[in-house]
Amino acid sequence: MSILSIQNLSKTYQSGSRKLTVLENVNFEIQAGETISIVGPSGSGKTTLLGLCAGLDSGSTGSVVLNGQALEKLNEDQRAAVRNKDVGFIFQNFQLLPTLTALENVMVPLELKKRKDAKEKALELLEKVGLKDRATHYPTQLSGGEQQRVSIARAFANEPKILFADEPTGNLDTETGEMIEKLIFDLNTEKGTTLVLVTHDLELAAKTRRIIHIKGGKIQEDAHA
Amino acid sequence: MPDFNWILKMAMRDFRKNLSRLLLFVSSIVVGIAALVAISSFGENLVKDIDNQAKELLGADLVLENNKPLGDQALDSVAIQLASEVNFASMVAFPKTDASRLTQVRALEGDFPFYGKLETIPSEGDADFRSGGKKALVEKTLMAQFDAQVGDSIKVGSVMFRIVGELQKVPGQTGITATVAPAVYIPMAYLEETGLVQYGSRVEYNRYLQFASGTNVEELIKPFEDQWEMDRVDADTVEDRKRSTGRSFGNLSNFLSLVAFIALLLGCVGVASAVNVFVKEKLASVAVLRCLGVASLDVLLIYLVEIVVMGLFGALIGSILGTLLQFILPAVFADFLPVEVTVGISWVSVGFGMITGLFVSVLFALLPLLKVRNVSPMATLRPETADSTLLKDPARWAVMVGILLFIFGFSYFLLKQVTWALGFTGFVLVAFGALWGVGKLIMWAVRKFLPISLSYPWRQALANLYRPNNQTISLIATIGLGTAMISTLFFLQNQLLEEAKFADKEDQPNMLMFDIQTPQLADVKSKVVDRKMRIIQEVPIVTMQLNEINGIDKKENEELPDEENYSRWLYNREFRVTYRDTLIKSETLTSGELIPLGARGDSIFVSLEKGFGEGNKMKLGDELIFNVQGRPIKTYIGSFRDVKFNQVSTNFLVLFPEGVLEQAPKFHVIITKTQNDRQAADVQSEIVREFPNISIINLGTIVETLEDILGKISFVIQFMAFFSIATGILVLISSLIISKYQRMRESILLRTLGASSGIVRVINTLEYFFLGSLASLSGILLSFMATFLLGEFVFEMNFSLVWKEGLIIYLAITGLTIVLGWLNGRRIINQPPMEILRGNG
Ligand SMILES: Nc1ncnc2c1ncn2[C@@H]1O[C@H](COP(=O)(O)OP(=O)(O)O)[C@@H](O)[C@H]1O
Ligand SMILES: [Mg+2]
Repeated sequence: MSILSIQNLSKTYQSGSRKLTVLENVNFEIQAGETISIVGPSGSGKTTLLGLCAGLDSGSTGSVVLNGQALEKLNEDQRAAVRNKDVGFIFQNFQLLPTLTALENVMVPLELKKRKDAKEKALELLEKVGLKDRATHYPTQLSGGEQQRVSIARAFANEPKILFADEPTGNLDTETGEMIEKLIFDLNTEKGTTLVLVTHDLELAAKTRRIIHIKGGKIQEDAHA
Repeated sequence: MPDFNWILKMAMRDFRKNLSRLLLFVSSIVVGIAALVAISSFGENLVKDIDNQAKELLGADLVLENNKPLGDQALDSVAIQLASEVNFASMVAFPKTDASRLTQVRALEGDFPFYGKLETIPSEGDADFRSGGKKALVEKTLMAQFDAQVGDSIKVGSVMFRIVGELQKVPGQTGITATVAPAVYIPMAYLEETGLVQYGSRVEYNRYLQFASGTNVEELIKPFEDQWEMDRVDADTVEDRKRSTGRSFGNLSNFLSLVAFIALLLGCVGVASAVNVFVKEKLASVAVLRCLGVASLDVLLIYLVEIVVMGLFGALIGSILGTLLQFILPAVFADFLPVEVTVGISWVSVGFGMITGLFVSVLFALLPLLKVRNVSPMATLRPETADSTLLKDPARWAVMVGILLFIFGFSYFLLKQVTWALGFTGFVLVAFGALWGVGKLIMWAVRKFLPISLSYPWRQALANLYRPNNQTISLIATIGLGTAMISTLFFLQNQLLEEAKFADKEDQPNMLMFDIQTPQLADVKSKVVDRKMRIIQEVPIVTMQLNEINGIDKKENEELPDEENYSRWLYNREFRVTYRDTLIKSETLTSGELIPLGARGDSIFVSLEKGFGEGNKMKLGDELIFNVQGRPIKTYIGSFRDVKFNQVSTNFLVLFPEGVLEQAPKFHVIITKTQNDRQAADVQSEIVREFPNISIINLGTIVETLEDILGKISFVIQFMAFFSIATGILVLISSLIISKYQRMRESILLRTLGASSGIVRVINTLEYFFLGSLASLSGILLSFMATFLLGEFVFEMNFSLVWKEGLIIYLAITGLTIVLGWLNGRRIINQPPMEILRGNG
């Protein structure tokens, strides 16, 4: 079953009088449960593509169908509802809410889904990422690796159908990075979530079943392992 | 869709970490709300007190007043108590010091006031005064001025009285009345003997009546009102007094509320700019929330809830402070109040303050807060795109319109007139616009014209003013407006006094003698000339009344509809008129010409003061019939004159040509110039000794009185301006604290790059110096403009720059900014730098 389908997707930015085409006629399809990485040099359009796939932004032309819904037909608030229901995110710079504790950060997606057991569920997830004893700490009281672990717990909290990660280890040292990678893949395997990973690290990319190479906004290669 | 509970929960979570900073945001409105609540409570209590003390205000149930002796009145027999008073302005002399001064003499007969009492020191002075004999009660200001003691003598006309009491308080009178026209009470029995009531004296006759309690005075006097009207008798009841006093103090307190409202608006600018910084820091969180699936409106609501809670809190603190503050208001306004004011909590005012505070903080916070809705979730992946302000966001425009409507609505509520409210709204727009413009202009000029060769700390400090997120412009607006208010006041006051003192120099007249009877004229003139003083003007004055305007007499005028009739006052007042065929220096013709008698047949053409004529619907050629001591004189309006009222000179609403009034009973005014104070005092006491009916005003006394009154008024205005300054300071403090971390990061960065801590300190000080300078200069510039406009169009005086005062204000405000900056800087240094590095801002 296709969970994400991209057809003829292009994105152009207007900067002054100049038109900048960042993505050009991109096509691919992802099946439920697949793990896939998007790789390419810096500035090739990876982040832009990820944003479009997750419905954070809308393309200039083309269509993005996520879990059966054509995102370009929805308005921002409707896309927000889709994100809450079906999508999880892990960011390069963690993006925890600084005024919320670790636990509360993880609870947010659950509370948005009006889960009565938000707290128990969030604690359970924190335990899985090994941070149960840091539940009441604020992001500034945590190290980078710890923050990313909280963000992983938050990403899995709403039991998303698809998880997007943009350079999740980009801001971490190698050792911590490897630990984070393992955590992501383990949880992914456990929950059977579809995983879309953006990275310029080919070693990390090799751990996914499929790799899309992108350069200058165009798909160069779409390789299944 | 998350439910409201969740939004509340999120707001409270966010709150925990932001509490102290959010408190700063609303602190700017606290002073404004406090001022508003204090004034409003004071006003409420004042109106209540006027109601309760209305009888004491009037001292009687009914007061009849005329410029002729009243004779027997039909109601005299109904009254249970009667009293009479004759009052007029006259010189009184203190033989002990041989000093004299123009005062209000009140000859009293009967037990007035029936309600309240004349408060004297010693307290038995009042009873002593009424026990008979040549005794007087003298206003305390007068006693102080002449260093007089109870027991001293005072000479009123040709009679010597013994002072038996110093008047502390007279029902219905305020400190200001006592300053302008201090009263001397004498028994009616000796009025005749003083010899002061003669032709030309402006005398007022009062009859005070008290009726049995429970009498409906309004009903009782109805049958007599028409007759009184015809006889030009003015009747004043407790209800009338209640209405007029209540109205004027209602107006006063509304006016003061508007001043407080300006302080509040300044605070609102502070709220908006602080929330703006807050929002900018929240943009990243907003993007994350959007990513996690929160609808844009819900995100807005989370932060709005925080603002509402803080607004309520600020309003509450403000209301409490305001309620406390009103306890000192009676002291501030003491000189203006005719009644004893009670203080107490006014729940209406507290509610009013709470609602206003909540409303303005939300309204002004929304302006920057709305931006939250436009944050794209994409900003989580690309943070630099978070701050994309949609200038054309219709909601922002709606909020701005809402703010204008609020200002208009609020001022309408206080002023009760659409045009005034529009005027006030316009004024606020112009004032804020002007400050914003002046601030921008100065900032632009500094950037443009400051030499690049400046040393590094100067350039860095200047650059800091333009850094993103800082509140330079809003600080200029708030501190600037406070400065502008204070300095405008200061400058104007200075200018008025300078103008008055200036008149004493040069060849300007400085002494005015009036009420000179014709037989006394030659004598007085020779006394003046003997002292080698020049007689600058000698003016004959004839008193008359207006009988008909264009054929309409008083009675016919009463029957005309309001749009067509003339002011009743025209028929009732006494005109003091002079005659000459030339204009004097203070006059200019605006239309028509000065037509001497005989130039156009035998018609008499008079000249009217322009404002008086225009204000009373009169045109060139209109027919006026005057009544000169019973003889009607038909005249036509031949010209209008503009009269400058700002020098010592006699000014007339109506000017006759020569050849008409020469034979009428008249009295004279002489205007002269004394060389020095000594000479002024000598000539004054000599003339008063010989001709007690002649009144003398000299410029020295006028300047003194003016200074006294301006002092009292400016104290009140300074008190009000204080609110604006205090708000400006709060906004300054809060913006310094808000930018603390930014400054700290910069300092650490500068130090890392090798700047010594000395240099960093110099840079910071310079930055505060620039900020204070910009703000105070903008304010001072604005107040120069305001003083110029007021001087030009309201007071008709020449504008002169008051550099010295401007400099003092500039130094004070700039110094204050630097000191506050330093204090804040000390707090920065006490923070562990690690907190900053971890981004715990
Ligand atoms: N808002 C924007 N306006 C103009 N150009 C943009 C904007 N956002 C991204 N770009 C450009 O799009 C290109 C792709 O960016 P990005 O997707 O972030 O690349 P990557 O993630 O692969 O490094 C870059 O050249 C970037 O400069
Ligand atoms: Mg990228």
